[in-house]
Amino acid sequence: MARFTVWVLASLFSCLLLPAASAADPSPDRMRDLVRMVRQDCGSCHGLTLKGGLGPPLLPETLRDKPAESLMYTVMLGRPGTPMPPWNAFMTEAEADWIVRRLMTGFPEEKP
Amino acid sequence: MKSIFFLLVAVLVTACSSVPLRGTGDLGIVIERASGSVVVVDTSAQLALGRVTGLGDLSHASVVYARDGRYAYVFGRDGGLTKVDLLEQRIAKRIIQAGNSIGGAISQDGRLVVAQNYEPGGVKVFDSSTLELLADIPASFGDGSRRSKVVGLADVPGNKFAYALFDAGEIWVADLSIPREPKVTKYGNIGNQPYDGLVTPDGRHYMAGLFGEDGIALIDLWKPEQGARKILANYGKGAEKLPVFKMPHLRGWAVAGGRAYLPAIGKHEVLVVDTTTWQEVGRIPVKGQPVFVMARPDGRQVWVNFAFPDYSHVQVIDTLEQKVVQTISPGKAVLHMEFTPRGNAVWISARDDHRVVVYDTANFSKLAELPAQSPSGIFFTSRAARIGF
Repeated sequence: MARFTVWVLASLFSCLLLPAASAADPSPDRMRDLVRMVRQDCGSCHGLTLKGGLGPPLLPETLRDKPAESLMYTVMLGRPGTPMPPWNAFMTEAEADWIVRRLMTGFPEEKP
Repeated sequence: MKSIFFLLVAVLVTACSSVPLRGTGDLGIVIERASGSVVVVDTSAQLALGRVTGLGDLSHASVVYARDGRYAYVFGRDGGLTKVDLLEQRIAKRIIQAGNSIGGAISQDGRLVVAQNYEPGGVKVFDSSTLELLADIPASFGDGSRRSKVVGLADVPGNKFAYALFDAGEIWVADLSIPREPKVTKYGNIGNQPYDGLVTPDGRHYMAGLFGEDGIALIDLWKPEQGARKILANYGKGAEKLPVFKMPHLRGWAVAGGRAYLPAIGKHEVLVVDTTTWQEVGRIPVKGQPVFVMARPDGRQVWVNFAFPDYSHVQVIDTLEQKVVQTISPGKAVLHMEFTPRGNAVWISARDDHRVVVYDTANFSKLAELPAQSPSGIFFTSRAARIGF
C-alpha cells in the first residue's frame, strides 16, 4: 500500500514536471546532469539555445521528420565524416534516447 | 524658460553620472554565457566593477576592443553585436546583424568591426563608432547558390581580414582599405573543413586548421602570390579518427621562442612546431584533449585547458623544459584563460562552479576568486593592441 502511494505520488510528480516522462527516464539528478551536458557541451557546437552552430540545429522542427532511433545512434556513436563525436562513454542508450525524445519535443531549460 | 530648465537638469544628470577619471589598461570583461551578461573587471584590484546585461545569447561569445580600450565589441551566437562602454558599464550600441554568429575582429586602424557569421554565411563590415553596416560579403561558393559558414576571422595588417570557409574549403582575404568597396582575394582548395584560423603575432602568416583532413593551410601574407600551402601533414586526427568533444581553438595559439604550441586534435598532446620551417619538433603529453593552448606574454610558460571530460584541470608547460610542470584545478568546466598584459597573473573561468579564479603565474598560488554566472570567455583590454585579437 505504502509502495503504491509512493508510486502514485512519484508518477503524479513526474507528470507535473515532465509530461513525456516514462518508466525508462533517468533519475531527476541524472536528468539535471544530462540537460546541462546537452545545453553546455553539445551546445558548444549546436548552440546553447540549440539553434545550431558548427553543428546543425537540434530544434523540434529540424528533428521532427527524423527517426528517433537513428538520432539516438548518432548521439551514441557519432557521425563519421563530420565533427560529431560518439558520446557512448558518457551515457547509456536509454539516456541518449531520453535526450533525443526531449530534443524532438522541446528540450528543457537548465534550472539554476 | 522650460528649455533652460531641461538643459540644467541635463547638465546635472551628466555631471552626476560621470565616472571618476581612470584609464582602461587594466580593465576587461568576463562573459556570462547563460545569462546574456558580462562582468566588467579590474585586473589591478582583482575585482568585479559591475555587470552589463541584455546582450542576448552569449554561448561562444567573443570580444574585440576599440583601440582606445574603452569599448568592447561583443559578438553573440544569436548574431548580436554589442558595443559595451567599460567605463560607464553600459551598452553604448547594440544591433542584431545575423542569425547565427561566431565572432569578429577589428581593423588595424580601429575604424571597422567585422563579424563572421554561420547564418547567413559570410562576413559583415561595420563602422566601429556607429555600428552602421558598410559592407556585406556573402561567403558564396560552388555555383554561387550555397553559402558557407565562416570561421577563423582575423585582422591582418593593411586593413585586411583573413577568414576561412568551413563548407567550401577556401580562405578569403578581404581588403577593406575602401570599406564600402571590399576587394576579396580567394584561395581555393586549401583543404577539407577548415574549422578555425589565426594570424601569427607578427601578422605575417594566416593559418587555418582542417577538420576534414590532416594538416594546416598556411598563407604567407607577405608573399600572397605564392598562395596557400599545406603544412604539418601529420597534424590532425590521423588514421585512428579519434573523437573530438570540443573543437580546439586556434585563436589563442601560443607562439613562444620561435616555436608554436598547438592543440592536438583528439589526442592528449600539445604539438610543438618550429615557426621558421613549420616542421613538428616535438609533442608534449597532457591530461586531456587541449582546447586553448596559450603562451604567457613572455613565452616562458604555455597554459593548456581541456575538452570534456577533462575540463576541470589546467596544465602549465615550461617552454625551456618542454614538459608539464604544474597541474591546477580551478573548478568544474574551465572554458577560458586570459593573462594580464604582462603575464604576472592569469584569470581562469570555471563555468559550472560559477567562478573566475586568478592565479599568480610565478608560483601558481591563488590570488583571488570572483563569482560569475556560468563564466566563459575572459577578455582584457590589452587585446586592443595586438594583431589578430
